[in-house]
Parts: sequence; C-alpha cells; structure tokens
Amino acid sequence: MIEIIDLHKSFNGQKVLNGVNLKIAEKEVVTIMGISGCGKSVLIKHIIGLLMPDRGSISIEGVDITRLDTKALDKIRERLGVLFQGGALFDSLTVYGNIAFPLREKTKLSKGEIRDRVLNALDDVGLKGMGKKYPGELSGGMKKRVAVARALISEPAIVLFDEPTTGLDPIIASSIHVLIKATHKKYGYTGVVISHEVPKIFEVTDKVAMLHNGIIIEVGTPEEIQNSTNLIVRQFITGSHEGPIEY
Amino acid sequence: MGTLLRIIGLWTISQLRTIGHMFVFLLNSFYFIFIPPFKFRLLLRQIRFFGNKSMLVILLTGSFTGMVLALQLFYILRKFGSDALLGPGIALSLIRELGPVLSALMVTGRAGSALTAEIGMMRISEQIDALTAMALNPIRYLIVPNIVAALIVFPLLVAIFNVIGIFGGYLVGVEVLGISSGTYFSLMEDYVVMKDIMVGFYKSISFGLIVSWICCYKGFYTGYGAAGVSKSTTEAVVLCSILILIWDYFLGAVLL
Repeated sequence: MIEIIDLHKSFNGQKVLNGVNLKIAEKEVVTIMGISGCGKSVLIKHIIGLLMPDRGSISIEGVDITRLDTKALDKIRERLGVLFQGGALFDSLTVYGNIAFPLREKTKLSKGEIRDRVLNALDDVGLKGMGKKYPGELSGGMKKRVAVARALISEPAIVLFDEPTTGLDPIIASSIHVLIKATHKKYGYTGVVISHEVPKIFEVTDKVAMLHNGIIIEVGTPEEIQNSTNLIVRQFITGSHEGPIEY
Repeated sequence: MGTLLRIIGLWTISQLRTIGHMFVFLLNSFYFIFIPPFKFRLLLRQIRFFGNKSMLVILLTGSFTGMVLALQLFYILRKFGSDALLGPGIALSLIRELGPVLSALMVTGRAGSALTAEIGMMRISEQIDALTAMALNPIRYLIVPNIVAALIVFPLLVAIFNVIGIFGGYLVGVEVLGISSGTYFSLMEDYVVMKDIMVGFYKSISFGLIVSWICCYKGFYTGYGAAGVSKSTTEAVVLCSILILIWDYFLGAVLL
C-alpha cells in the first residue's frame, strides 16, 4: 500500500532523513515513533507530497508519488485523509463547515447528503450538537476530534495522523486513541500514526517503527518492540534519560 | 574589497531570486483567475473584508484630506487672486493624485496588514498544508479571491475617498472660508475632464494589484511562528507603501 525506499532529505545542509525504508500493508495501522525533532513530521509530509525528497521514492498503491506532477499527485491526495499536529482547522469556518469542507469541494453530494454525513461524523467523534461552534471556541481535545472527523469524512483509503494526542491530558489522549481504533474498525483504512505516546499507542497499532538519526532502526509488532533488545528502542520506551540517545 | 563585492553580489542574487519568485507567484495567481471552478462566495467574502475593514478609515482620511487641501490651497490661491479655483484645485489633486495614493496607503495599513497576518497564520497553523493535502489548490482558494476583490474594491474606495474629500473641501472652502457654493462646483465641472478620472482609475487598479499581490505573497511565504508572521506583516506594509509611491510617480509621468 505504502512503500518508502531509501528516502533522504536535508534542510540547509542538515540531514533529517538519511535513507528511510518502510513498508505499510493495506488496512494496517503503523505507528512511527521517535524523539522530538527526529523527522517524523517531515516523513509524513513526504507521504502527503508536501515535501519532495532529495533522493529515494515513496510508492502509494504502486505509484511513485515523487515523480508525479501536481495533477496526478492530487489524484493520490484525494485518497488520503490527514490529521495535522495542530488540527489545522479553518478558523473562518464552523465545526460543521470544517468537516463538510472536503465534501463540498471534492464531491457532488447534495446538501442533505453532506448534512447527514457530517452529523454522523460529529456523532462518531462525540461532538454531537457542536457543529455551530468555531475552532477558536473549542478545547485542544475537541479540536483534535473535529480534525479526526474532517480527515475521515471522505472515507479515505489512507489516513495519516501526525501526533494526534500531543498537548492533551492522558484521559483525552486515551479517548483519541479509542477513536482511532473505532474509526479504523468502521472504515478499514490504512493508517500511519506519528506518535511518541508509549506505551499507550501500542493499543491501537498493528506495527511500530522507530525512527532515529534519519533511519528506521526497528520495525515490529507492539509486543516485539516492547521486548526489543535495541538499546535505543529500550531507552525510548522506558523514557530513561540515560542511554545511547543523546540530547 | 573582494569580500565586499562578494557580499553585494550575493545580496543582489538573493534579491533577484525573491523578485523572480514574487512574479511567478503573481503569474500563477493570474492563471487561476481564469481557470474554473470560480470561488464566488470567497470573492464576496474578500470584497466585504477589504471594504468593511477600510471604509471608516477611508471616510476619515478622505474628509480631512479635503479639508486640509481647502485650507492650504485657499492660502496659496488667494496670493494670486485665484481663490475661485479652489474647487477644481481640490478635485484635481484628489482625483489624480491624493485619492488613489492615500486610499492605497490606508488600505495597506488596515486591510493589507490584516490579510498578510491572516494568510501567515494559516501557513504556520498548517491550514494551507491542509488545503493542499485535500487536493485543493491554496492559490485558488486564498490568493485569487483577494486579488480579484482588491481590483474591484480599490477603485470604489478611491471614488468614495474623492467624493468625501471634495465634500470636506466644500465644508471648509464654502462654509468656513466664504467661497460661493456655485463657484466651488461650477469651475470643477469646467476643469475636471474624463482623462483626470481615468488617471485616478488606472492608479487605483494598479495599487489594488500591488497591495493584494505583496500582502498575499508575504503571508503565503511567511517565516516560522508568531515572530515570522509579525516580520512578514511589517515587510508587506513597508514594501507596499514604497511600491505605491514609486509606481505612482512612473504612472503619473506616463499618464500626465
């Protein structure tokens, strides 16, 4: 479904991605974890096509998106749903308007059909009756829920979650994890989750990949990662300040 | 000496690259003006944005500009015994020069800065990335409506500025300084010709383009964080103000 091969990216001479290799199968949820600033968000921006690599390729459903023009890339993007780190909700639109936006702009659904789908989505994310509020009136957790609803409203084949629980308290974070699990069960999308919420994120993911120094140093099931003998992985999971990871 | 030349050379290349980038951005925006789907709702919203944000400031500056012009021109014209020319003097100054320039500067400070800040905030909060990720073109959604709205709104705001300015001049010239009402308006009809109005119109259209282009560009390519948006907003206002005055001179010289 998604295959990243030897991906390299530098900014102003500083290497961020240094040969990332990762394979994500259809309908699988994979979490990419790593320390802050290790390039997780840069990697996800490559999958969306917001950044182009210096070297390497990203294939989505067998198509190398690094070689596509804007029009062809947009065709791929239509199959993606993205939850951005800060939610990226449009300030000028209400919650309803934000969730309805992709449907209004990219589909020919009637007003009634859009209304039904948006109200269902609001119900799914536990925000029934909040459609008239503006993003500025919502708490961080509510914004994330709206962003989840917007990312899923077009029923995309692939959903990318960029740090879906950053900045949220443990209870709200847990509710977002439950939401990801429930929506994955309902829609059956292929998911990529960027997170450093260990061990909680292990509950919602099929596979975990650890990104460190610009490469994926280990991939495995949550159990395999939790039992890993790799010192870097172990230090990250235990959250110890002592170990091979230097700050 | 060699180091100095190198620094100047690098600075020049960097500036030329920025100018080239700005023109590509403008051409790209123009391209999407003519390519459907057209976003009429967004256009109306931006027309309201420019008009609503700038109307009060245009009314205030227009009326006081006319009043000050009346005072100063009356003082000068009386020395030559030509105080009857106060009406046409005010009208020509406003229509050909002060109306377009001062309106553009005011709109830059009021709506232009807000536009840069708004687009800049959209950039740093990933709203522009979200549009791209939805396979929607941010130029079509954010930039085109602003450029078209400015091309429509600027001439209208300038017209309002001129009318209010002429009325402000009337208040001071006729009610305070004692010029007859008939003289104020009848000579204006004789001296102001269609060419003068067209000069003001061309200026207002081109200033609309400059302000919307620069403010959108600076917001679209803002730096990181609040400091980046703040810097972009300041740069947009300063650059717009300078370009307005430079372009005003060249257009004025050509259309004289």
